[in-house]
Parts: sequence; structure tokens; C-alpha cells
Amino acid sequence: MTYLLAAALGLAAGVLAGLFGVGGGVLFVPTLTWLGLSQIHAEATSLLAIIPTVLVGVWRQHSYGNVRTRPALVIGIASIGATVAGAAVAVALPEATLRKVFAVFLLLTAAQIAWRNRRSPSAPAEGTDSPQPRP
Amino acid sequence: MRLVLIGLAAGFLSALLGVGGGIVIVPLLLLVAHWEMRTASATSLAAIGITATAGVVTYVVHGDVEPVYALLVGMPAAAGAAAGATLQQRLQGRTLSLLFAAVLVAIAVRMLLQ
Repeated sequence: MTYLLAAALGLAAGVLAGLFGVGGGVLFVPTLTWLGLSQIHAEATSLLAIIPTVLVGVWRQHSYGNVRTRPALVIGIASIGATVAGAAVAVALPEATLRKVFAVFLLLTAAQIAWRNRRSPSAPAEGTDSPQPRP
Repeated sequence: MRLVLIGLAAGFLSALLGVGGGIVIVPLLLLVAHWEMRTASATSLAAIGITATAGVVTYVVHGDVEPVYALLVGMPAAAGAAAGATLQQRLQGRTLSLLFAAVLVAIAVRMLLQ
């Protein structure tokens, strides 16, 4: 029963990944700690679980023509390097405060997305079915 | 150049705050690079794949990865990702963006309450 629920949460994480382009870690990590893994083991295992999720998700998204390969490579590779710096700085900074600042950033982002997509009879919402991006 | 900065921000913030890269990449692609939601999310997913692979290699060396548990959540997630991508194609861009805004609010609230 426990494993069935864990698999269901995994499925939900995958749907989020396919819909919104987040890796699924936001659901994987709590699921894995709930199964009894330590925080560090859960985060490490979550990264491995992200790989099949991404492979299938990107394969489907590619067939729909949504993946920009070169930008993905640039962002992905730049991100690897910065991870090391982030981990080094994390030890020295007040993490709780930073997380709250970031949460506020997410709320502002959500507000801006909602504002851009508000229903307006005169002008079509910006950023909904806009032209293709220029990489 | 803008993409490099987005990648750097994603890697730095995800390691610093313990959040996934996608939660940084997608908002920045939407708001800074002015990409459309579908392209932003699909490209973010591909970028995360690269970063996660590098991360897994590091953790495997330390022996922190539990492969059986990764399969337990990762296999259903792979099926879910295919379903999510298909569903995304059927949703209007506006609906998709508003749903994403709701997900951001949920994650932000959870972070604030932790």
C-alpha cells in the first residue's frame, strides 16, 4: 500500500514535469523521505529518478516541436558549474532567510504570469500563444 | 549570454536553496527571455536532465543513491511525463500559464511555512 502510494506520487511528479518543465524533485524528495530515506539519500535518489522522467518527457516534447536543443545545452551545462558555487556558499549563508526571499520571488513571478494572462477583451494576452522565441 | 546567466542562476539557486532547477529556469525563460510556456517548460526539462545526470554521478561516487527507490518513483514518473506532455499540447497557452502560476504559489507557500 505504501509503495502503491509512492508510485502514485511518482506518477503525479511526472505529470508536473511534462506539464510545467520542473523535474519532479519537488514531489520525489518528500515521497522518498516518507519511505524512510535520509534527506541526503532522498535528494540523491531523486536525481536518479529525474533521469527517466526527463528522457520520456523530452522525447514526447521533442516530437511536439517544443524543445530548443541548443538553449537546453547552454542552460544545463552552465547550471552544473554554478551548482558547485551554490553548494560552497550555502554553508556560509542564512538558508532559512534566503528560502523566504526566494518564496517571495516565486509569488511575484506567479502574480506577473497571472497579470499577463488576465482576461482582456480588447487585446489578446501576452505570452500565451506568442510567436516563437528567438534563441 | 542571457541563457548562460539563466543556467548559472538555476544551478546556483538550486544548490543554495535545495530547490529544483526547473522552478528557476521556467520563470526566467518566461519573464526574462519572453519565451512561450510550452517551449520554456520543454527546454527546461531537457536542461534539468543534463544537470541531474551530473549530480547523480557525484552522489553515486558517495554511495548515496538508492536505485530501487529511484525506479519505484521514476518509472511511474516517466509514464506521467508522457501524459503531462500530451496534456500540455491540448491545453491553451493561457490555461497552462495560469496553472503554472498556481503551482508556483503552492511551492512558495510550502517554503514559507517550512
